[in-house]
Amino acid sequence: MEKILVGLKRVVDYNVRVQVKSDGSGVETDGVKMSINPFDEIALEEALRIKERGEASEVIVLSIGATDAQQQLRTGLAMGADRAILVETDASADPLTAARVFKAIIERENIELVILGKQAIDDDNSQTGQMLAAVWGRPQATFASTVSLDGNTARVTREVDIGLETIEIDLPAVITVDLRLNEPRYVKLPDIMKAKKKPLDQLPFADLGIETAPRIKEMKFEPPEGRQRGIMVEDVAGLVTALKDKGLV
Amino acid sequence: MSKILVIAEHDGAALNPSTAKCVACAKQVEGAEIDIAVFAASASAVAAEAAQISGVSRVLTAEREENDPAVAAVLAPQIAALASAYSHIFGPSTSFGKDVMPRVAALLGVNQISDVMSVEGPRLFKRPIYAGNAIVTVEAPAESAVVATVRTASYQAADGGNSATIEGTNIAAELPTHTRFIEAQTGQSDRPDLQAAAKVVSGGRALGSEENFELIYKLADKLGAAIGSSRAAVDAGYVPPETQVGQTGQIIAPDLYIAIGISGAIQHITGIKDAGTIVAINKDEEAPIFEVSDIGLVGDLFSIVPELTDALN
Repeated sequence: MEKILVGLKRVVDYNVRVQVKSDGSGVETDGVKMSINPFDEIALEEALRIKERGEASEVIVLSIGATDAQQQLRTGLAMGADRAILVETDASADPLTAARVFKAIIERENIELVILGKQAIDDDNSQTGQMLAAVWGRPQATFASTVSLDGNTARVTREVDIGLETIEIDLPAVITVDLRLNEPRYVKLPDIMKAKKKPLDQLPFADLGIETAPRIKEMKFEPPEGRQRGIMVEDVAGLVTALKDKGLV
Repeated sequence: MSKILVIAEHDGAALNPSTAKCVACAKQVEGAEIDIAVFAASASAVAAEAAQISGVSRVLTAEREENDPAVAAVLAPQIAALASAYSHIFGPSTSFGKDVMPRVAALLGVNQISDVMSVEGPRLFKRPIYAGNAIVTVEAPAESAVVATVRTASYQAADGGNSATIEGTNIAAELPTHTRFIEAQTGQSDRPDLQAAAKVVSGGRALGSEENFELIYKLADKLGAAIGSSRAAVDAGYVPPETQVGQTGQIIAPDLYIAIGISGAIQHITGIKDAGTIVAINKDEEAPIFEVSDIGLVGDLFSIVPELTDALN
């Protein structure tokens, strides 16, 4: 196949404990470390491995957002992507609008396989891949833990609640990846230097002529109700007594 | 008035408990009329179960060979074809619902509300973001269908005892053949299902090996509990992925959750914070799991767990 498209979302880093702003208007992101959504790194790693096996010729990374998402695209280029596209918009894209952006790029670039993370760790929506498959009218293989390509089809093993499920899909298609698919490579310094010379196209959102989906309004943010710290017991006998008191054993 | 269609989750023979939890959520929408849709090759057994759920008006059955077993790309156009008669379409936020519902939403031209944890109004819902570190109240846009997945851990299954009407329906939608089910590999089925279990015993990286997880299995079997795990234990290969509890694994709400050798990263905690009682056993008294546990015991799991298993005779 010719081209694989991978989405890279800029999100608050996995290790940051997010705080809700005191006025309830959002979460605090000022001065917070930002990274590539961890699932998207796995998606890119898979695309790179497919290319390295000679089963694809080009890997393109795409992000939708403000100018600073260039940092995450540069990291993607340093990992090994061939080129990057930033669809620039100040408003964060909702999943359906993001899906429409992906579809527009797919048509421009003649993409045969799209690999995305199964969810972004900021809004935890887990929608964009499935929505892209719908608007594109193509197969979806979500929560992938193994992917093997065979000509115009792919076999994907999916992580589901009861275990694993294997499906076969015709290409072009959308795959969303789960944690166990692979371990993303580390970026080395020379790769970062090389990445600076790779093409990164910036495309204003308005130029794509996409209809924005009706937005779900975020009215109020609040911290979760915490659980109270309970009692400590000294030994197994104390534990058994405490469980019996609660009628649990 | 709200008319809500709940998409049944089933395995072809039995209804998944997630469906009755979706109905419980739908019942929070004031004055809603609730129907359930069962897509299957042969729907009668599942539909009979669904008709017993309280609060349900009708069970619609859509029988087609392609629905056994159905993939999302085949189900979504059928669900979308029924959608015009409804103001809301609900599915569970299990791997089944997470797969199919966004595809339905996109076909209907709307965004989805993922993981509804409470209903604040016909179009107003609360949902968790950032691994449960924040709760956001969201409003669906007026005059478009509300497509939502229900965070099953936030709801108790609606009661039985009903006898709703069962009606067959013919859906003319053309179904794609580009996605084909090959096989399912399910884990051991002699233990309770993690989603439905009243008790869960969960092990973490501190177990140290696949063999040592035997300690967890023995305790779980003594309690009649399901097996859970942390991401670290799964990544280390001690247990299969379907046991993982947390932000990117399963979100559960058992009556009793026993966390053994699990430090309690925020991504794990978000999967258990609706549990009735959390017990933590860990050798590190500073472990964050103790911040959220109802009963904590500091010590060596390799002596505590066998002793506990024996003590429960």
